Amino acid sequence: MSLLSVRDLTVKFAMRDHTVTALDNISFDLAKGERLGIVGESGAGKSITGFSLMNLLSRPGFIDAGKILFRGEDIVKMPQSRMRGIRGNRMAMIFQDPMVTLNPVLTIGQQMVETLMAHRTLSKAEAEQIAIVKLREVYIPSPEERLAQYPHELSGGMRQRIIIAIALLLDPELIIADEPTTALDVTIQADIMELLLELCQSNKVGLILITHDLGVVSQMTERTLVMYAGKIIEAGRTREIINDPQHPYTQGLINALPQQTKPGMRLKQIPGNMPSLTAIPPGCPFSPRCEYVRDHCRTTRPETVQYAHVEVACHEVSRLHQENTEEQPA
Amino acid sequence: MTMTTNPAKASRWSRIWNSNMGYSFRRNPVAVVSLAIFVFITAMALLAPIIAPFNPYDPAQIDIMNSEFPPVWIDGSDAQFVFGTDDQGRDLWSTILYGTRLSLLIGLCAVMLQAFLGISIGLIAGYVGGRLDSLLMRMADIQLSFSTLMVAIIFLAVTQAMFGSETFNQYAIYFLIAVIGVAEWPQYARTVRATVLAEKKKEYVDSARVLGFGPLRIMVRHILPNSLSPIFVISTVQVANAIISEASLSFLGLGMPPSQPSLGSLISSGFDYIFSGSWWITAIPGVLLVVLVLVINLLGDWMRDVLNPKLYKG
Amino acid sequence: MLAYLVKRVFQAIAVMLVISLVGFAIQDNLGDPLRELVGQSVSEEVRQQLRDELGLNDSFFRQYSRFLGNALQGDLGTSYFFKEPALDVILKKLPATLELVLGATLIIVGFSVPLGVYTAIKPNALLSRLIMGVSIVGISIPVFLTAILMIFVFSVELNLLPSYGRGDVVTVFGNWDTNFATLDGWAHILLPSLALASIMLPLFVRLIRAEMMEVLQSEYVKYAKAKGIRPYRIYFVHALKNTLLPVITVGGVQIGTMVAYTILTETVFQWPGMGFMFLEAVNRVDTPLIVAYLIVVGFIFVLTNTVVDLIYGLVNPTVNLARMGA
Repeated sequence: MSLLSVRDLTVKFAMRDHTVTALDNISFDLAKGERLGIVGESGAGKSITGFSLMNLLSRPGFIDAGKILFRGEDIVKMPQSRMRGIRGNRMAMIFQDPMVTLNPVLTIGQQMVETLMAHRTLSKAEAEQIAIVKLREVYIPSPEERLAQYPHELSGGMRQRIIIAIALLLDPELIIADEPTTALDVTIQADIMELLLELCQSNKVGLILITHDLGVVSQMTERTLVMYAGKIIEAGRTREIINDPQHPYTQGLINALPQQTKPGMRLKQIPGNMPSLTAIPPGCPFSPRCEYVRDHCRTTRPETVQYAHVEVACHEVSRLHQENTEEQPA
Repeated sequence: MTMTTNPAKASRWSRIWNSNMGYSFRRNPVAVVSLAIFVFITAMALLAPIIAPFNPYDPAQIDIMNSEFPPVWIDGSDAQFVFGTDDQGRDLWSTILYGTRLSLLIGLCAVMLQAFLGISIGLIAGYVGGRLDSLLMRMADIQLSFSTLMVAIIFLAVTQAMFGSETFNQYAIYFLIAVIGVAEWPQYARTVRATVLAEKKKEYVDSARVLGFGPLRIMVRHILPNSLSPIFVISTVQVANAIISEASLSFLGLGMPPSQPSLGSLISSGFDYIFSGSWWITAIPGVLLVVLVLVINLLGDWMRDVLNPKLYKG
Repeated sequence: MLAYLVKRVFQAIAVMLVISLVGFAIQDNLGDPLRELVGQSVSEEVRQQLRDELGLNDSFFRQYSRFLGNALQGDLGTSYFFKEPALDVILKKLPATLELVLGATLIIVGFSVPLGVYTAIKPNALLSRLIMGVSIVGISIPVFLTAILMIFVFSVELNLLPSYGRGDVVTVFGNWDTNFATLDGWAHILLPSLALASIMLPLFVRLIRAEMMEVLQSEYVKYAKAKGIRPYRIYFVHALKNTLLPVITVGGVQIGTMVAYTILTETVFQWPGMGFMFLEAVNRVDTPLIVAYLIVVGFIFVLTNTVVDLIYGLVNPTVNLARMGA
């Protein structure tokens, strides 16, 4: 049985007199200890997916339909108190910006101890011992002294390590990391990712890594979902998606990577912008920007189909594949 | 934030009016009723010389024998005085109309003075920056730490003692506008300065500078429109506060004289008679004052919810 | 910490100097000390001689430094009316005013935090809407009207509570008369304190509510939820502390404002405090008393602001006092 199973999840935002669909019928699975990447531009619905899994959508967002089965139990229907017992315990989350994630007026020790004591009956001293062990695991120097410090006394990288330590406090089965390095200095981004990967592997923790960076996904994850305008448009093993993307959007993303461009050449961009959630075109949401677009792309929604080694939502995927393979020898 | 778009001001305005503000206004009965009452009171005040049956400033129309008639729905009233008369025998209804006129006038003028001073100082502080900026903002902090009412009370008390009541009463309206207007400039200055600091870095300001526009033009035409929503929200609250301040000062005898009463001085003169049973001299202008301030505050609340500006917090 | 303290104290001294300058200017221009001393039946020569003796013909700077020197020794002149040192007159009235402010502060602190927190946590509850509705009406009623209304209802109509004066006071240490020692004292201070609190309480409820709602939207509150922390701990440990930090700064300023409003409540309730005394002094053109009041009230403002700033620095871990002093 998979650890997490999302079925036909639809999330909407209540506006003045109508609703806007932020997540449209998404389904995916995560096996125990598996690492999954969710890739897409900002506004594609990645973060909303992450918060839905914790059942922490803030208003006006709400889960409209679908199931989120965590170890076979539906989170959507779970009472709040029971869900609270899972959050931070079986399922932990790492937020985007460590500078604003920790409470500025509570010490590191208080914020770690409260997490432990929320889920387990133990004394403060015992909780502090566990906290120190976890801080050591994330390579925080002199962890005993950190407990008395306030967040503002620590650097951003240090804070994100502490947040990773808090995520590991109760040995969860799943960590959801929402762009954990975007707010950090480029020089320490790689360190943090490496640490996260190492800890997930050694503790056999499942990971959902939300990012816009395909490079990071290829190093960190086994499987990848590509999201566009609230939909999953391509899903499969990370290696296959990177090496042989099927959806024109994924291809565009990969071609836009600097590694794919010769020095001195312009980076290849996908023309246009992702539509805002209030103005998603009928048919395929990518159709206005797609260079392979056909008439029926603009009118009918593409079904998700198995093609090559991946699942992809594109009408023209087979034609595209043929054209590409014909091009390559030439 | 909606305030990041500078170009196409006209279209932005019509857009706000047609969609957001207009919509929420129509949907908000409290805002509609408040605006209606405010417009009604303002119109009555403006038309006071036409509507009022008597002229309270004309001694020939006042007869001390008419003093303390109750309102018409109470026994012992006189039919020509709808809301009764005050202690000097003036028709209360006429006096209230003229008094509301004065209260509104002082409140609005004081706020215009506040806005002018505060916006100018805020623009200069934010645009010039450096030492001048920190000096002006330190002054704003200190000014704010002294309560406006306190400053006004002391200023007016000393002025009154210095010039004597007669001269003071003659110019009371200007003193009131000046002191309420000067004391509250930091409210505007801080907010405007914050906007200037945020906008100054943006490209359109650079490009305006490169195009050779002078600092004054850049500030007034390009940067200032971005602080319009907070200025609107502050202004409504400030008008309400200014009216309350004026009433309080007049109540203490440091504002409008009894011969030319604003709502505050009218309430004050009635307070002496409250124990003898002539409650209406205090109660009727009191109710009107509260209703006037309340509808302005309600409009301010609604506006704050709709525009949701980033107000400077200390 | 020390550097910050020193800097803050220097600023306070600078403000006090400006206030003393204003006080001196008033002293110098308002009223004629000679007339108070000798009346009007004295010849011009004797007057000039007296002016010289009193130093009234000295340069501005010499007169001001003398004024300042006297003020530092607690000599703010002699009241024309009471024929007593002005500072003594004010200090005798000070306890009455401070007790009024204390009573109002207790009401405000006691009610504003629970009401503000409740309306922030349950913004759509019927009770919250009611509290917010009452609060906006409260803000819109001037203090003196609230006071009059209370007298009319509780004293004139219901005859429950006294409408003027301090009632039975008990002298505790020195010349401090307190209202809080007898039931009659409590009865007398209740209405004036309520009236004084009536404008600040709704302001604080709205302020706390707005701050709390903003804090509840913050990332760290979301994060606390994601850690599975219980709601009451999120509200009262994570959110409340962050809410109250900005409220402290505003609160300090508002205590100063309340001193101003005491003039209004004291006038309506004929409360024998220094605000009531000040208005009498203004009517009598008792210049030394007016100046002394200005300086004492200015001192109270500066003191509360400085203390509040220091407290803020102490309770807010993100304010590095050592660095702020630099």
